Amino acid sequence: MSARAEYVLRLADTSLVLAQQLGAWVGHAPAIEEDLGLANVALDLLGQARLFLAYAGELEGRGRTADDLAFLRDPQEYRNLALAEQPNGDFAQTIVRQFLLDAYQQELFAALVSSQDPRLGEIAAKAARETRYHVRYSGGWVVRLGDGTQESHGRAARALIELWPYTAELFDADPLDESMAQARIAPSLAALEPGWRAAVGAVLSEARLECPPPAAFRWYGKRGEHGEALGHLLAEMQYLKRAYPGAEW
Amino acid sequence: MVSETLQAPAEALARARATLESVLDPEIPVLNVYELGVVRFLEASGARARVGVTPTYSGCPASAVIRREIAAALRASGFDEVEVVEVLSPPWSSADLTPAGRRKLEAYGIAPPARLTQRGDPFGKPRRCPRCAGTDVECVSEFGSTPCKALYRCRACGEPFDYFKCL
Repeated sequence: MSARAEYVLRLADTSLVLAQQLGAWVGHAPAIEEDLGLANVALDLLGQARLFLAYAGELEGRGRTADDLAFLRDPQEYRNLALAEQPNGDFAQTIVRQFLLDAYQQELFAALVSSQDPRLGEIAAKAARETRYHVRYSGGWVVRLGDGTQESHGRAARALIELWPYTAELFDADPLDESMAQARIAPSLAALEPGWRAAVGAVLSEARLECPPPAAFRWYGKRGEHGEALGHLLAEMQYLKRAYPGAEW
Repeated sequence: MVSETLQAPAEALARARATLESVLDPEIPVLNVYELGVVRFLEASGARARVGVTPTYSGCPASAVIRREIAAALRASGFDEVEVVEVLSPPWSSADLTPAGRRKLEAYGIAPPARLTQRGDPFGKPRRCPRCAGTDVECVSEFGSTPCKALYRCRACGEPFDYFKCL
């Protein structure tokens, strides 16, 4: 698989894994409005993942479709950011994870619009419009939880402390990220960081939540290093396609 | 029956266009695909037709249904070779709804998207309740029954209503 195809898989897999995670809330969210909200965000993410996956398959040139890539790859072949695969936990955990990644995708897609790769540019342009709504939704909930009751504040603060170490990967460029940035196919990750910090910092401060200190901890989901949670998630997501090979919707 | 080779290209195009005007959004069955603003190009000549369709939201399940229904409708109106392509650029915007589409939406009970200015609020809100035209409205849920809608309530008549979001 070419470097570019692998890079596109990273974009696809983060959206796909998040979509699957949010989908698991349907029927379980605290209120029907949140059921709808999480499902709608999941649907956008799934659509974005489909566009990225279809393109990765074309770049690879072995005839794999978006469905093949989504349903027939094993966990170690997934290239999502590790933050995306962290378990749903309670509502606060899901919301904080979502907000940190929504804010990231907002910066990423805005920059990717001017990619030298026109196909990536047009997918990003479409995704960027949808991401505005995602950030507003998850950011709004971070504020309500953080600036809510003692219980909700405590849960949001715990989620933030638990998830924060995984945000280092977002801006930690590896050789693939660097080669994509050099070719102007992708933005430099370092250039995305100030915008993300400003957006996240503004919401956290409104939520009366403290930004945790940087941690030495590093985990690279984008290079195929994954925890146990991704295996369970994929087992459920891929069951039907694998149990009934060739099944079509 | 007129032989295909004798049909003028203009006739084929007019027939294809009329066919597309009969294809409705499956979720909002008062808007045809032109009024929804998702047709990016249409080419037709003889028995061939080629249509570019853009999705509204990238994950909207209706997009795939719309592409299938366009293909089926064109085949039913005599085009043997039909190609429906997904076009992403320029991305669809709620500003692509036609004026007729906006009127039909409101008559159907869905408040049309706000007309956004370049600067300021990028989200907008409904101008008035589509039932009683009251302007005192509140958001119940930012997300509604389809990706393109939010749920509002009118404080004047008390009725909930859908709002077609700005994208």
